[in-house]
Amino acid sequence: MAILADQDTRIIVQGITGREAVSFTKDMITYGSKVVAGVTPGKGGQSVHGVPVYDTVYQAVKDHGAEASVISVPPAMIKGAALEALSHGIRLLVLVAERVPRKDTVDVLEVARAQGAVVIGPNTLGMISPHNVKIGMAGGPVENVRRAYMPGPVAVASRSGGMTTEIANLLTSHGIGQSTCISVGGDPIVGSNFLDLVPLFEKDPDTKAIVLFCEPGGVIEERLSEMVLSDGIRTPIVAFVAGRFVDRMPGVRFGHAATIVEGKKGTTAGKIEHFRRAGIHVAEGLDDIVSIVKGLL
Amino acid sequence: MRLLEYESKEILSAKGIPVPKGLVISSLDGASFPLPAFIKAQIPIGGRQKAGGVVMARDKKEAEAKVTHMLFSTVQGYYVNKVLIEERLDVAQEFYVGITYDTVAKQPIAIFSAEGGVDIEALAQESPEKVQKRHFSVRTGLPEYKAREMISFSGIGGKTLTGLSNIFSRLATIFLENDAFIAEINPLALTKEGKRVALDCHLEIDDDALYRNLAIAEKGREPGRIQGGRSSSDFEKRAAEIDNLDQKGVAGRLIEFDGNLGLIIGGGGASLTAFDAVQRHGGRPANYCEIGGNPSVLKTKELTKHILSKPGVEKIAVIMNVVSNTRVDLISRGVIKGILESGKDPSETIAVFRVPGAWEAEGFKILSKYGVECCERTTSIDEAARLGVEKLKWGEKRG
Repeated sequence: MAILADQDTRIIVQGITGREAVSFTKDMITYGSKVVAGVTPGKGGQSVHGVPVYDTVYQAVKDHGAEASVISVPPAMIKGAALEALSHGIRLLVLVAERVPRKDTVDVLEVARAQGAVVIGPNTLGMISPHNVKIGMAGGPVENVRRAYMPGPVAVASRSGGMTTEIANLLTSHGIGQSTCISVGGDPIVGSNFLDLVPLFEKDPDTKAIVLFCEPGGVIEERLSEMVLSDGIRTPIVAFVAGRFVDRMPGVRFGHAATIVEGKKGTTAGKIEHFRRAGIHVAEGLDDIVSIVKGLL
Repeated sequence: MRLLEYESKEILSAKGIPVPKGLVISSLDGASFPLPAFIKAQIPIGGRQKAGGVVMARDKKEAEAKVTHMLFSTVQGYYVNKVLIEERLDVAQEFYVGITYDTVAKQPIAIFSAEGGVDIEALAQESPEKVQKRHFSVRTGLPEYKAREMISFSGIGGKTLTGLSNIFSRLATIFLENDAFIAEINPLALTKEGKRVALDCHLEIDDDALYRNLAIAEKGREPGRIQGGRSSSDFEKRAAEIDNLDQKGVAGRLIEFDGNLGLIIGGGGASLTAFDAVQRHGGRPANYCEIGGNPSVLKTKELTKHILSKPGVEKIAVIMNVVSNTRVDLISRGVIKGILESGKDPSETIAVFRVPGAWEAEGFKILSKYGVECCERTTSIDEAARLGVEKLKWGEKRG
């Protein structure tokens, strides 16, 4: 089982004729995801790996009842593509692009919120429910995904796309499977952050523990700790906080746009302290995730 | 991109928000002063006043002396090549108005306080009742009625209420129209004559939206412009050049440290993880860096050579997460070539190689040809860091 999507979810790829999209569309299909259509304005009538390409989301929804969309277009076009998808009732959007203007992200999220649609990203590799569905680039080619991921009871949410697969791989190599793994995206504002996802995992009967990969910057981890205390989240959470050395380098941005300590805000030390206070397990080394999770299952 | 005070004020002024009369100069030649005057260093950082970046002058002689002293000096680590000279106003009261994004609510948030000239975050912590906050839509902006509600809640009425709310609403428009992520007027003054004037202003523009804010992007490209943030070392600048050799992937984003273990690490999250792990196991990194997005062999090679050129660096640790897009064989080839071109032996130089994933069989074959042992995916990032540190220490003892 999985949250947000499964093997029956009808998925479209907006920007399907782009080089990257052609490649991950093939991986998605081979993994068993139901890619029903692609959309590239002006290229209607073509096909990509047997998937029909349309000019508009309207047609893709009309002909195939599409429910989810992976949007793989340049950052300046994300807002337009996402609003098009939302206007036709797409309920799950995965925004791949990096460097999307913040105002555009917020605009898309405002519309999505009003419609009850879920947005993953921007700046995300997507999500995987092992042996069930893969949406986006996460894990790469199918043989890689099959080696790194296996089904099981642990949910993974990560601020780093690459570390989503790394943590799945770590768990898999110790015989621990995953329910749903989500790369939340590296931007300061993303559609689904830990505060949005943890309650979904809490409701998922197949998720028995949650692993979070955290980075310096922002206040989401701190707020999650408050949420766990006040809302009584019962699913145990294990958090790994990377980039402890960044605490001593305020103002320097590392990799992701969101990975920056501003003054005293967003330090790893602060996040870890909040986690501990809320009873969230903190893994000192990445490997410690394994022994902590084993103790919880 | 952080705009300088005078640049921000130009934008305010164009939107009808009053600012003090003043001029920006880079030399005293022909400068005339409104007296008494404030002399303000134009540098991209807050807290200037305490650091001596804002001073007052009563007469022309004093003003000239203070400008001469401030121009081309260093304030808070920034070289001052422009100063703003402004009339001094008689201030009756100071307010705070600001707009930013709330990353939890995922909406813009308007912030008001009747206590201006303060650190708003500190005030919000100590006396939350003195700070008004409201979210608003990026689609509608901050309606004046909402601004009025906030200001009226703070007990302000009359002409001050209507005047302030008008400025507040305009500031929100400036925030949205220029793709800012911070727009702050602090303090916003009410003068003894009853005028409202923006005494200081802080605008930060989203770098990812500069493509559609051309006038601002143009300012960013001015030669000699002082950039905000930390300044790069020559070693870091060279790494950035390497990353710009071609558009394939990333092999750079290097930050220099004073240790002896060179790091070739990636992608973003894994770099943070690997760096921490090296330190945790007692290693001293010579650098942080990020590789990812399948960089070219050329860039990986040059980055390897560059890191190995650093005095004291004899060994490198190559650590990435399980890669899916980046190819292990291309990373291997780049690293080996870089070591060979540095005149070193790969089996001695590579303290640890842990890059599992796409094309790993091909990559491992290249490495084993040069006698380099590589870690399988079952060796974690943590363990790989430990192995790398151990090998370096063992080498030091032996040497």
